Amino acid sequence: MAKPKVAFYWCASCGGCEETVVDMAEDILGVVEQVDIVLWPVAMDFKYKDIRAMADQSITATLLNGAIRSTEQEEMARLLRRKSRFLIAYGSCAVSGGIPGLANQFALEQILQFNYEQAPTLVNESKTRPQLRFREDGREVTLPALHQVVRSLDQVVEVDYYVPGCPPTPKITKAALGALLEGKLPPKGSVLAPDVALCDECPRKQTRPADLSFSQFKRPHQLLADPELCFLAQGVVCMGPATRSGCGSQCAAGNMPCTGCFGPTSRVHDQGLKILSALCANIASREESEIDQVLEGIPDPVGTFHRYGLAKSLLRRRVDLPAPDGAKAGQG
Amino acid sequence: MNEIPSPAPAPAPWRPRIIAFFCNWCTYTAADLAGVSRLKYAPNVRVIRLMCSGRVDPQFIVDALAKGADGVLVGGCHPGDCHYVEGNYKMLRRFRLLRRLLKNMGIEPERIRLEWISAAEGEKVKRVVNELTDAVLKLGPLNLSQKAADWDKELAALEENIKAAEAEPAAA
Repeated sequence: MAKPKVAFYWCASCGGCEETVVDMAEDILGVVEQVDIVLWPVAMDFKYKDIRAMADQSITATLLNGAIRSTEQEEMARLLRRKSRFLIAYGSCAVSGGIPGLANQFALEQILQFNYEQAPTLVNESKTRPQLRFREDGREVTLPALHQVVRSLDQVVEVDYYVPGCPPTPKITKAALGALLEGKLPPKGSVLAPDVALCDECPRKQTRPADLSFSQFKRPHQLLADPELCFLAQGVVCMGPATRSGCGSQCAAGNMPCTGCFGPTSRVHDQGLKILSALCANIASREESEIDQVLEGIPDPVGTFHRYGLAKSLLRRRVDLPAPDGAKAGQG
Repeated sequence: MNEIPSPAPAPAPWRPRIIAFFCNWCTYTAADLAGVSRLKYAPNVRVIRLMCSGRVDPQFIVDALAKGADGVLVGGCHPGDCHYVEGNYKMLRRFRLLRRLLKNMGIEPERIRLEWISAAEGEKVKRVVNELTDAVLKLGPLNLSQKAADWDKELAALEENIKAAEAEPAAA
């Protein structure tokens, strides 16, 4: 029997997810032995046209990381969806928009203007921007257009399974690949990680006070955090209570609070609003002005609570931004 | 090319849709009182009764807005009067940050309102509902579900292009 075919692809991502696949270290050899890798742009040389030539559903599984932000990414997502039996959203960006999803707070023009004209580190006196089409010596080169809205993979095509994390850990990656290869798969649409909050596996769990009470919120750089005490007991915003476990509490082990990259558990729609609810309810004060003062410790609620999930949150995007104008979506 | 002029089917004039979450022990009873007292107030609110304003998850408020509400009203017991001691304070604390978060996401804070209304204050239900309806009327429709559909038109555009490209064989 022929080996199952597997593809890895990246869209709007930083490359960290690819790193995790390599971080499986020797274990990756076992995977390579069992499968045929047919596409992996970051590590191996394959051509898109070879993928186009394949029969539909002939790839057993595609692990796609990164958010969908450009026409090229969207096209590849659609192509790989068609060619794959299982499409797996791999990593926070593909699962819920991730860090690139935070761009949904701005209009595309604002983003381009800042990056090509206003950024303090920039030298671009002619205000040159990349053009979608450029003609030289009678030849035309083209670039993919950026979408106005950053999307998670499942906002573009149907997704079979989700592997969360920024990046996912080698451990859950191995578990996901193992489940795929052995055909021991949970119901379609499942997140391949435990369905309980991170606190459950946090080494600081025992130190969490029964009655939380915040009189101040501190950001990690504003204190020398106790390496054993629950972050919430120290007044540090920790996303743990609203975040899925499975990462092995690596951030807490490194004395940093959870920032929420594994996304919410299956009972929660909007991770950011849920942690907002939990944290705010436990503010000590009953006076409006004092409450506001405590809340000043959270200067950027969207960036803090929806750091990895804005694109998949209930609002998805800042609502007063211009809508894309149909077919002309892209750079001006 | 996909700019099909939408044949506007003469829509009914827009009227604000407001979702109200009322606490069972006070505001809901006050709304009842307003009813039996035959007080007239704007018919734009849809009331959802909860056991406590502290039960209002911020997800409820945002979900209501995302699904088509133009405004949200939360009614709870006056400070110190909560049947469950702390519920209304919990709501107040969440509300303070939620308003800021919504503002950052482009939603006018005037669209959501938290009021303490005791079971005896039918008149206040009337006043608050009317005030919020007026405020939302001035702001205009929020229309988030339509907005989300508009955002996704850029996906439909590419799908058409791909289909067109595939219709020409061996273009790749």
